[in-house]
Amino acid sequence: MKFSIQINEGPYQHQASDTAYQFTKAALAKGHEIFRVFFYHDGVNNATRLAIPPQDDRNVTEQWMALQKEHDLDLVVCIAAAQRRGLLDENEAKRQGKDANNIAEGFRISGLGQLIEAGIEADRLLVFGA
Amino acid sequence: MAEVKKFMYLNRKAPYGTIYALESLEVVLIGAAFDQDVSLAFIGDGVYQLTKGQNTAGIGMKSFSPVYMALGDYEVNKIYVEKESLEERGLTLDDLQHLVWEDEDEDYAEKDSIRLVSRAELADVLNEQDITLSF
Repeated sequence: MKFSIQINEGPYQHQASDTAYQFTKAALAKGHEIFRVFFYHDGVNNATRLAIPPQDDRNVTEQWMALQKEHDLDLVVCIAAAQRRGLLDENEAKRQGKDANNIAEGFRISGLGQLIEAGIEADRLLVFGA
Repeated sequence: MAEVKKFMYLNRKAPYGTIYALESLEVVLIGAAFDQDVSLAFIGDGVYQLTKGQNTAGIGMKSFSPVYMALGDYEVNKIYVEKESLEERGLTLDDLQHLVWEDEDEDYAEKDSIRLVSRAELADVLNEQDITLSF
């Protein structure tokens, strides 16, 4: 089956991203396809490369990065939600005249149309959090 | 992308206090460009999103209340409001904004967008959807 995933909550405060990660990993292991993972609301905070969780805990962003690399996942961060919350990639930081960027490798910033498309293209859209 | 799916935006939260209501509207407006079969439902505290006479001056936030009035222009005209949720909060249809749309097929006749439904009826509507985005 072809799945799309939507993640609505940030890391650590909520379990939504962890559960979505475990689901995505399990689905891929069973031979299912993940069309896209879309990060919305505070879920965009999962894409920051500047978080430093304690060493004996999981690193939510790095888990997604590793899974992305292994399966060539399409990890999309909503641009409108990201801008509000200070999540910028290099191009966006330059365009907005900001002195830093913080999007981790393997994530890309794009628009809400990508969420609608993810719903249309997949057999099931699963929403985690909120 | 010829396939048309039934999209339901389920709104459950008060308009302010959290950002879910505003960011739900943002998805609805973008999604309207995709020519899908769109419905919105308002349940629980979500019914407060549609109340008229909202004034956000005291909380220093921008009011997005007028955006709901524009939904008809985006051909978003199936707006379900759960009757029990209104009653539990001491509200009636008269407390909500009068949302309308213009029917092209009937010489642009103005029609009501809000459909007042019972909890049981809304359950049936939700059951028919392909995609439910919950906010």
